[in-house]
Amino acid sequence: MSEEEDIILADLDDEELVEQMFDDLYDGLKEEIEEGVNILLERGWEPYRILTEALVGGMTIVGKDFRDGILFVPEVLLAANAMKGGMAILKPLLAETGAPRMGSMVIGTVKGDIHDIGKNLVSMMMEGAGFEVVDIGINNPVENYLEAIEEHKPDILGMSALLTTTMPYMKVVIDTMVEQGIRDDYIVLVGGAPLNEEFGKAIGADAYCRDAAVAVETAKDYVARKHNQMAAG
Amino acid sequence: MPTNALSRLLETRDWLLADGATGTNLFNMGLQSGDAPEFWNVDHPDRIRKLYSDAVEAGSDLFLTNSFGGNASRLALHDGQSRVGELNRAAAELGREVADAAGRDVVVAGSVGPTGEIMAPMGSLTHEIAVEMFHEQAEALKEGGVDVLWVETISAPEEFKAAAEAFAKADMPWCGTMSFDTAGRTMMGLTSADMVKMVGKLPNPPLAFGANCGVGASDLLRTVLGFAAAGPEVPMIAKGNAGIPKYVDGHIHYDGTPELMGDYAVLARDCGATIIGGCCGTTPEHLRSMRKALETRPRGERPTLDQIAAALGGFSSTVDGTEEGGADTPSPRRGGRRRRG
Repeated sequence: MSEEEDIILADLDDEELVEQMFDDLYDGLKEEIEEGVNILLERGWEPYRILTEALVGGMTIVGKDFRDGILFVPEVLLAANAMKGGMAILKPLLAETGAPRMGSMVIGTVKGDIHDIGKNLVSMMMEGAGFEVVDIGINNPVENYLEAIEEHKPDILGMSALLTTTMPYMKVVIDTMVEQGIRDDYIVLVGGAPLNEEFGKAIGADAYCRDAAVAVETAKDYVARKHNQMAAG
Repeated sequence: MPTNALSRLLETRDWLLADGATGTNLFNMGLQSGDAPEFWNVDHPDRIRKLYSDAVEAGSDLFLTNSFGGNASRLALHDGQSRVGELNRAAAELGREVADAAGRDVVVAGSVGPTGEIMAPMGSLTHEIAVEMFHEQAEALKEGGVDVLWVETISAPEEFKAAAEAFAKADMPWCGTMSFDTAGRTMMGLTSADMVKMVGKLPNPPLAFGANCGVGASDLLRTVLGFAAAGPEVPMIAKGNAGIPKYVDGHIHYDGTPELMGDYAVLARDCGATIIGGCCGTTPEHLRSMRKALETRPRGERPTLDQIAAALGGFSSTVDGTEEGGADTPSPRRGGRRRRG
């Protein structure tokens, strides 16, 4: 037992509670996050406000520290797990209230490549940021990507590769999208250890994302731009 | 006299040249993306013999077998999980054949790569299952005649320890390297100093330990300096990539020249590494240049980070987690809850 006073979440005012939830997400405390979400719901917060201000807000901090090499994969997995606990409570309520969507993404590792840890991290961080994610797994030929985007109509197509020998396949997928005249209907983000920005540009992706945190920031940025264009167009 | 070939070489030599890339060289021989290289141990033994001989002819004192993805978890992705014994034995037997015909002492090291799974409690792979998978592979490599086992490219300390335990079960001498590719640490956040501590506590310590793969040659040497500063008790291994991958005309090319890898090898020795080799992108041509540099150039002082950057290029991050606090050390933005009773 610490000598300091124990924290009773229900005794905190709204602002203090959200701050505390940032700490608890950071520390990956799932039960505390679930409790915090329930308290805010009881206090009449809209589910969407809880998602964006408490959960997404907290995961943004986790993402920044991951990006900056302060947190590493184990901590991020714990935080994402805590976030998931909160999301499980909010998800049905969000659907009922018709809350706005952050955006959606189809993601998969390219043909010939069976690595999935990086892709899974991106999926978790994207879900943590409130995106809907359809994960089509590993070793995907171009047909799988095309079918998935046809079916789910996502804002974003994400491709991952861990091998220098498989990363060129991303260009095959993008070239096929260009041929079919659908390239510009989607935001294409690519990532994976051996990639870099130059490569992303060379193959015609919208952006290369260095890690899962950058993927989330880039996705938010591009989705906002896309919505602005649609509003203007 | 020590009973294994690596210990014997380490007694008489103060540096050893290991091998280069396996994947890069097999792809150059026509391996297709996504195919399991381990199948070639049985389907194209001639090509695997050539892979090994090329390294030996280029001057390697030690080479790794073509068994990196040869555990049940990785082979399952190619529906080859029932072939662990067969594929690893074949990898080792071909290695034995090449080493015995070399006309000098060459060590066959049985490569064991990561499972690709995240270990419990964060992931689903338990310690017991990890040990079992590594043990299955270790026994097959041993049967095939490797001199030592060699676990490499590991990110999680739990997985490294599971491999060590499996190697004890197989009663084999071993070496182990981790990949420091995330801000100077492993993907799971382990620093170079943390690895020295972990290795020091193992009940069956390795013959040598170190770093492989990761970002580029400069980052790898920063890691070796971090090992050296932590006062390790066993020799250090440096197996860095031949530069950084670049996309040129539809295929990938590592930008490290043979000359650069020669400089890297000499600097690695100056940093304190005893076993020096390459990883991704390192071809026999690079190995020849490394051998020549190690044989002809004198030892120097332990280089500073600035000297490494000047010779091999900059680092991927400003710090690597071993520094003593200070302006550059990032601190957590959140967390540290006072736990409730």
